[in-house]
Amino acid sequence: MAGGMKMYGKHRFPGRLFIVEGIDGSGKSTQLMLLQKWLESEGYVVYSSEWNSSPLVHDVTKRGKKKKMLTPITFSLIHATDFADRTEHHIIPPLKAGAVVLADRYVYTAFARDVVRGVSPKWVRDLYAFAVKPTVGFYFRTPLDVSMKRILGGRDAIKYYEAGMDLGLSDDIEEGFRLFQGRIIDEYEKMVDEFGLVVIDATRSIEEQQAEVRRIVSQALAGTKKTRIRRWLDLTSLARASQA
Amino acid sequence: MARFDFFGEGLPGIDLAELKGKLIVLEGTDGVGRSTHIGLLRQWLENHGHAVLDTGMTRSALAGKRLKQAKEGHTLGGITMSLFYATDFADRLENEIIPALRAGFIVLTDRYIYSLMARAIVRGSDPEWLREVYGFALKPDAIFYLRVKIDDLVTRVLQSSGFDYWESGMDLHMGEDMYESFVRYQTWLLAEFDKMVETYGFNVIDASRTIEEVFEDLRARVEVIVERNGR
Repeated sequence: MAGGMKMYGKHRFPGRLFIVEGIDGSGKSTQLMLLQKWLESEGYVVYSSEWNSSPLVHDVTKRGKKKKMLTPITFSLIHATDFADRTEHHIIPPLKAGAVVLADRYVYTAFARDVVRGVSPKWVRDLYAFAVKPTVGFYFRTPLDVSMKRILGGRDAIKYYEAGMDLGLSDDIEEGFRLFQGRIIDEYEKMVDEFGLVVIDATRSIEEQQAEVRRIVSQALAGTKKTRIRRWLDLTSLARASQA
Repeated sequence: MARFDFFGEGLPGIDLAELKGKLIVLEGTDGVGRSTHIGLLRQWLENHGHAVLDTGMTRSALAGKRLKQAKEGHTLGGITMSLFYATDFADRLENEIIPALRAGFIVLTDRYIYSLMARAIVRGSDPEWLREVYGFALKPDAIFYLRVKIDDLVTRVLQSSGFDYWESGMDLHMGEDMYESFVRYQTWLLAEFDKMVETYGFNVIDASRTIEEVFEDLRARVEVIVERNGR
């Protein structure tokens, strides 16, 4: 048991891990969805972690947010707990099995968000040292005005913690959100070199961005397992069906 | 100059100079009598006019209840469990311990980061990583480590509640039955505690003696801490 803990950059798995990062409204989720469609059509075993984290951890996070009980440190720790659960249940096992794992947001989201909340950059990086280093981490670089337009057009309400309202940057939730996202962008920019994130210019057309993403991903896929069963989750439902 | 200090990268927004109370930790493995002695110390301190807060693990408002459920279901992985405990601890530190210290209380805590680290190490977490994660914890005024040998521990457990799943480390699959697993698990924990004695400056208390003897020893040492001003 002891000594079983592998650190960032030290994991060796047959699978591949691709992650997307960027502020809200950067279009990263759309790009990830399109990437998944393509990978599946190519016959790869794709595990798109829907982040069904343990209900226990999920409950604590939800309750803490709803009741505004979280401080920067507990906010950081509860999200790290949730992320550890995802890592242990939804990232490492499929990677061991040779799947292509896709994640919408990763540790870099925590590094940006928690540091803006005043947590030490070193501490939060140490905290997440157990994370698997992605094969490629894409950063969808978006000017704040572009992302704000996309968000305010489509979404019903900006939530308290999402807007960084706990930081007290502004009493107005929209203004608070803008200030918060601006600081998040600054943190992302610092991480591009630190973690070798691949920058995608998210002001270009969806098609242009996707073509670039697919080109980069296909280079990283050499030797990855393909299958006729097209989705990882199908294995579970097949197993269930055969027991019924 | 602040009396208190953090182990590493500290909590944001805390002014250490405001913390006036004393933080006293009782550590030791399961069944050594920590809670008995905390109760006795509390009574004694209150009789002498000190305000006391006693606190323990998995009691936080944020995560305490869910953490107990997580243990019952034992479905969480090792790293997840370590961080869940760290969350619970941070919530208690910020919402109970620090406010009490600010108000000049004597805080008696039943276990501290040391137990959390020992249990996480035994479950595969990296010791260096744990030390960094718990960098936000306050250094206590004193750590009393109630030490017993494994044979005494077995006797005590048999005399009280019997072997339980977690105290026997059954999740680690270390032995054929609860007795075997208990002995291996607790021996390992004791070894981890012993490694920490020097690193963290534990005051070792021989807990194999009678409750009265152990308490008298503890009380005398606590008295010194309480009457000491500054560090």
